[in-house]
Amino acid sequence: MTALLDVKALTVEFATRRGTVQAVKTVDLEVAKGETVGIVGESGSGKSVTSYAVMRILDRAGRIAGGSVAFSGLDLKGATEAQMTDIRGREISMIFQNPRMALNPIRKVGRQIEDVLRRHAQAGSMDARAKAIEMLEQVKIARPEERYHAYPFELSGGMCQRIVIALALACRPQLLIADEPTTGLDVTTQKAVMDLVTELTRARGMSTILITHDLGLAAAYCDKVVVMKKGEVVETAAARDVFAAPKHDYTQKLMCATPRPGSTLRGLLPAEVAAAPNPPAAVSGEVLLKVQNLVKEYPRQGVTKSGAQMFGRGAAQEPEKPFRAVDGISFEIRRGESLGLVGESGCGKSTTSMMVMRLLDPTSGNITLGGDDIGAIQAKSFASSPHRRRIQMVFQDPTDSLNPRFTASRAIADPLMRMGALKGAGAVRARCEQLANLVGLPLDLLDRFPHQMSGGQKARVGIARAIALDPELVILDEPTAALDVSVQAVVLNLLDDLKAKLGMSYLFVSHDLHVVRLLCDRVIVMRQGAIVEQGSSQDVLEAPKADYTRELISAIPHPPG
Amino acid sequence: MLRATLKRLVTIVPTLIGVVVVTFLLTRVLPGDPAAYFAGPTADAASIEQIRKSLGLDQSLPQQFLRYLGDLARGDLGNALSTGQPVLKEIASRLPASAELTLSALALSILIAVPLGILAAVKEGSWIDHLCRVVTTAGVSLPVFFTGVLFVCIFYYRLGWAPAPVGRLDLYSVAPPHVTGFFLIDSLLAGDFDTFRATVAQLILPASTMALFALAPIARMTRASMLSVLSSEFIRTARASGLNSRTVILRYAFRNAMLPVVTTLGMVFSFLLGANVLVEKVFAWPGIGSFAVEALIQSDYAPVQGFVLAMALLYVALNLMIDLAYGVIDPRVRLEA
Repeated sequence: MTALLDVKALTVEFATRRGTVQAVKTVDLEVAKGETVGIVGESGSGKSVTSYAVMRILDRAGRIAGGSVAFSGLDLKGATEAQMTDIRGREISMIFQNPRMALNPIRKVGRQIEDVLRRHAQAGSMDARAKAIEMLEQVKIARPEERYHAYPFELSGGMCQRIVIALALACRPQLLIADEPTTGLDVTTQKAVMDLVTELTRARGMSTILITHDLGLAAAYCDKVVVMKKGEVVETAAARDVFAAPKHDYTQKLMCATPRPGSTLRGLLPAEVAAAPNPPAAVSGEVLLKVQNLVKEYPRQGVTKSGAQMFGRGAAQEPEKPFRAVDGISFEIRRGESLGLVGESGCGKSTTSMMVMRLLDPTSGNITLGGDDIGAIQAKSFASSPHRRRIQMVFQDPTDSLNPRFTASRAIADPLMRMGALKGAGAVRARCEQLANLVGLPLDLLDRFPHQMSGGQKARVGIARAIALDPELVILDEPTAALDVSVQAVVLNLLDDLKAKLGMSYLFVSHDLHVVRLLCDRVIVMRQGAIVEQGSSQDVLEAPKADYTRELISAIPHPPG
Repeated sequence: MLRATLKRLVTIVPTLIGVVVVTFLLTRVLPGDPAAYFAGPTADAASIEQIRKSLGLDQSLPQQFLRYLGDLARGDLGNALSTGQPVLKEIASRLPASAELTLSALALSILIAVPLGILAAVKEGSWIDHLCRVVTTAGVSLPVFFTGVLFVCIFYYRLGWAPAPVGRLDLYSVAPPHVTGFFLIDSLLAGDFDTFRATVAQLILPASTMALFALAPIARMTRASMLSVLSSEFIRTARASGLNSRTVILRYAFRNAMLPVVTTLGMVFSFLLGANVLVEKVFAWPGIGSFAVEALIQSDYAPVQGFVLAMALLYVALNLMIDLAYGVIDPRVRLEA
């Protein structure tokens, strides 16, 4: 059987200020008809660039420097731009990460589907609309006639991804390239989207290339897996074999860094660097944080309400209830304990952490920290409260949460200078170096700016900044969500070591149950502002009581073994 | 949409009140005694006092303000002491001249700057990008009175291509019957193509002078805005769907890049109204700018007040139009309104 797509010795170069950089080096890739091939690798492995090169949509700075790309016998590398625009969308199409950004924000989604249909002469002005609505139906969008007129900002992330899929499949292409199609979506949405893609591509006999950093996803949905590292293919094998018996060291390292049932925190690290596990945390009986009946309400904003008021019908109607983002939750964190707060987007976990952090004022309820009623302090004056230094936060995006014009040491020194008792630049610098050693940040990086550091290094700076004032409670808001799995493994271990060393408590907010299990003693599962289940991490993951928890756990794809 | 528009219209009211108060106070704090000025250098104290009384300047400020409000309500902006004409009439006859010049200049600069900016962004680093840079740098670095004089010198004096800079029409043409006050439109309405041609001929030099000045901000903003939109992810999706570059650039990229450009247009329009004053002087244009400057030099309150008020109203109307244009371009703005 000849391959539908046959990439041989593909090399892609980028012209940068520091000279030419090879992003993809002599990559071979074959996709047979009807086959699903996964390209797996961490950021910078060249997996996306390979697909852009196939589609010939590289940036201006990038160019195909060598090799060949054949698509059902046609030489894509040598094709003219006019030929390529005919092929894109009709023969090969793509779906992207971050679906909301992948759609034109100011054009109705139905019209965007029509644009593609009409471009490839799959529809004329008479039937374009009907066909677009039919596509919306096929990607299982409820009320497609209505949604035809929606703008991307009016739809959820999962729905936007369905629209992007509709866009990609509208002209019945033979090959679909899915570039991290579910990154940033909730696990249940991820499962729905991936199942939809599988169903549609299988029904049409299409081939698929799934580009992902998630080994579990590749294992669950691919026939064949290509593992890439720094622009090179290190291993190509059937999906079953790769996960059962990874041959290459790098594949093995990736496999063990991916959290899954049964893995341990130390087990994520390569055997040669993993230290002995920390002893179980000395959790005292003393309650550090106590949250009681916490509620956060937001007024509902809707055309219906103000419209009704305007026409004087408001009095006759029941006044609409405000939206409850957090609906009367209570929990405790003891000293030295780490508590996981898990849930999908919109479940109220971030709102809860913001209220505990005293960045948001609760509508009602109590928050006490070590006996002090910090819930009574207004959010806007909490920054100058003596209790402020007792709670610190580590943020989701290590890049965006650092001031781009501050060096690492300046960032770490920021809380010291605002709230610390240290006098003089020398003392502050000494403390910065001490903290850098604590989080494993090489001292020569202290004078670098965020853009000169890697994601893992920036995460360390963020952690050093949070522990600078010896806080009692650290709120970790998805601290590893933006990191590669191997870096995530290191950061999770670092957080665990720091807790053992410094005796802090953690409130760990995450959507990833497996990560939470590794780091936390107890877990709270939230849904629609309420707690559905809580208990020890072990119990909740292995014997979930609530249906919702079970649904969450089963939606997580993980590599076998 | 209609409700949002009405809501936006309501917000104009406090702005207008502010404008009226400020224009009133502004002219009162200007140095110079208009009574003394109009009495002439030989007048004695008694006659100055009499003129002061006739102008109402002997009353207290609140009283003067109330009188001013009453006059405004009746549409009476006072008389220009230098010409003796009612200010409203002066403004009504001169505003179309200024507006015609400014709007032509704006239209001309949009027609050149927007395509130039788009091309410069699409072909970043090419000769057209460099051309864009040169033109915009020249545009901002040459003051309008200089380019105006230079144009007159070259195109009228040396080459003789352009007619003499003597105002809106040459000496042989007759103004078209008044409908809108815009000679371009009025002459077409009257079917008088000779006048139309003469009007265009007179307009070309002053309008180009101002357009060159307005070119830079519009072209630069278009280029920058297009560059950022072109690198966004939905453009990649559009390209990956095989949409041809025309659709991608115009329908997908440019419409998204338009918001900052529209904002810039508003600012450029206000720059142009300022630049008007000098260009009108150079080209003997009977506009509102030259009229206001003369009044200001003579400490003539009423025309200055009328001018500032008219300009402020124009800005308010312009901002309203820009806000409404936002809503048309971007559905997200509509929702917020």
